Amino acid sequence: MRIVMSVNGSGQDHDVEPRTLLVQYLREACTLTGTKIGCDTSSCGACTVLVDGESVKSCTMLAAQADGASITTIEGLADGEQWHPVQTAFHENHGLQCGYCTAGMVLAAVSLLDEIPNPTERDVRLGLEGNLCRCTGYHNIVKSVLAAAETIRSGS
Amino acid sequence: MIPAAFDFVRAESASEAISLLSEHGEDAKFLAGGMSLLPLMKLRLATPTVLVDVGRLRDLSYVLDAGDHIAVGALTRHRDLETNDLLATDCGVLRAVAAQVGDNQVRHRGTIGGSVAHGDPASDLPAALLALDATFVLQGPNGSRSVAATEFFRGFLETALEPDELLTEIQVPKSGAGGFAYEKFNRRAQDWAIVGAVATHVHGATNVALVNMGSTPLRATAVETALAQGASASDAAREAAVGTEPSADLNASPEYRTHLAQVLVRRALEAIAV
Repeated sequence: MRIVMSVNGSGQDHDVEPRTLLVQYLREACTLTGTKIGCDTSSCGACTVLVDGESVKSCTMLAAQADGASITTIEGLADGEQWHPVQTAFHENHGLQCGYCTAGMVLAAVSLLDEIPNPTERDVRLGLEGNLCRCTGYHNIVKSVLAAAETIRSGS
Repeated sequence: MIPAAFDFVRAESASEAISLLSEHGEDAKFLAGGMSLLPLMKLRLATPTVLVDVGRLRDLSYVLDAGDHIAVGALTRHRDLETNDLLATDCGVLRAVAAQVGDNQVRHRGTIGGSVAHGDPASDLPAALLALDATFVLQGPNGSRSVAATEFFRGFLETALEPDELLTEIQVPKSGAGGFAYEKFNRRAQDWAIVGAVATHVHGATNVALVNMGSTPLRATAVETALAQGASASDAAREAAVGTEPSADLNASPEYRTHLAQVLVRRALEAIAV
């Protein structure tokens, strides 16, 4: 079936099997491999992308369900050379070690901060419950998201 | 993991969805948010040959004041329930339980109707709707019918829905902003409840429902009867597992689930000051 969507602002038009998962579509048809497949059972959050601005697990969504939608993957988050404040905050606060969960973690955080611009630490921990990290123990991830919230709020 | 091959058709209205399903027969399934069906399909535990996508039926996404009750469109997402202002004042329990489903990503996609139609005894919302004495509106080729939540859940993943019926609306009584508690026990964030207990005041009675204590969500009727006869919260809670058939799995034995039900029901009743 033919599906058309915007991925990171560029138009995509592909003929796919209906059973194609969004994550497969992004990685294979769009060759955007920044989105990772982790558990493949909607538990770990590594495959998180934004669909019309909201975080979803792309391993548990059909590409066909995203027909007509606007998708943001980690590749589309920066504004040219200018990182998104969440990316900068992860860099500055050591919010990653091996990096496997990071694309999903960052996009889940972007969606969370869109919904709760002024989160408490508890809001961040609860808001990221759908994303697993096996390296950091989460402390620096939470620190990163709180720092990013501050940057976004101050408009810098 | 990739699902077995299927055909995909998108419905533009509820009636079109129902005729598409009738047309394609028993191997066709409705797809709403996909949070329950797609994992089953990826594991090949479900192999529908046709998916009728109802996910775009925005006219079935609403929360409305219908006078003596609140009407919730079946395709209302958990995220829209947990942020809904009308529910905050008139049915706080539904809003609070919706916020306990899965994680943010799941709540951005999953719908209340999908959760009810799937009928998983471990789900949060079916038990809450059972406690609320909700009514479900089912639309089929020959019109609509209403089924009480207490009559809806028939067996494991089995409901009163006929193969060609679409759940279109959930009706809940106005139970107020507070007066409820949901005790969900799990060992990891975002997990399904190992056992859960919902207690809520509805029309002057105290209703209690259990998550994951049998093949369907269950009302703790022995607890409710004890309360109606004047038992204390802790005495009534001892009846929590009466009539249940908790399963054994990786997380818990039936004995442990029985213990959890008693503790969680007591906590829920104490939280609403029974």
